[in-house]
Amino acid sequence: MSMKSSTRQVDGVTIVDLSGRITLGEGSVVLRDTVRDLLSKGQKKILLNLGDVNYIDSSGIGELVSAFTTAKNQGGELKLLNLTKKVHDLLQITKLYTVFDVKEDEAGAVKSFNK
Amino acid sequence: MCADRVSYTLDSTLETVNNAEETASRMATEAGFDEEEVMKIAMAVREAAVNAVLHGNAYDPNKKVTLAFECTAGDLVIVIRDQGKGLDASKIPDPLAPDNLMKTSGRGIFLIRSFMDVVEIHPSQTGTELKMIKHVHGKPADSKEAPQ
Repeated sequence: MSMKSSTRQVDGVTIVDLSGRITLGEGSVVLRDTVRDLLSKGQKKILLNLGDVNYIDSSGIGELVSAFTTAKNQGGELKLLNLTKKVHDLLQITKLYTVFDVKEDEAGAVKSFNK
Repeated sequence: MCADRVSYTLDSTLETVNNAEETASRMATEAGFDEEEVMKIAMAVREAAVNAVLHGNAYDPNKKVTLAFECTAGDLVIVIRDQGKGLDASKIPDPLAPDNLMKTSGRGIFLIRSFMDVVEIHPSQTGTELKMIKHVHGKPADSKEAPQ
């Protein structure tokens, strides 16, 4: 199953609902293009909802790091929401869990962005 | 129970990566691993296939990847070979080092080592052989129960 991405706006925050697999190839490209497109439009408060992402490989992890860094370098913020156990465990063993700002509920996550 | 030994010769394409992962998942399931272990084995094989296709063979259509699975009494042994320049494992940076944490690549071998019980990397001038072993129920094949 490839990855799907859709975006919605909540109180000035762009929530990106992702589903499927973030892996080398299509999945990573979809994530990269989505984040770059948002940043180019000035939408710099980005919440990646990974609740339906059931698989991620090292390329996908790299793409998350790239998205985080790219947003930060452009004065934006990128946070993660609703990690599945698999993704949570992967971020733990790669020591990235504490690097990312990880949220568990959408309303709280939206409020956490700088106004 | 899985077949004793199966091997595949694959093209240096992205499709090979996906096929290797799917095959590993099937073989690990047949070998009796639980769902979580199957996921780890399949991911290790996926990462190994990515290394072979991208970094080893560099998508060269003239170079092949071979993938072999062997079931023994207590182990699933997986060997993947490429025809690249040979991977020098000593030069792979530690992805957990603070300076490397935010790098966008370099975590494949680390994940393989995290998910498999034994990982051996054998580089040569004709390519790299990566051997991975997963013990069924976490026990080496030659382990013996302590006397009662």
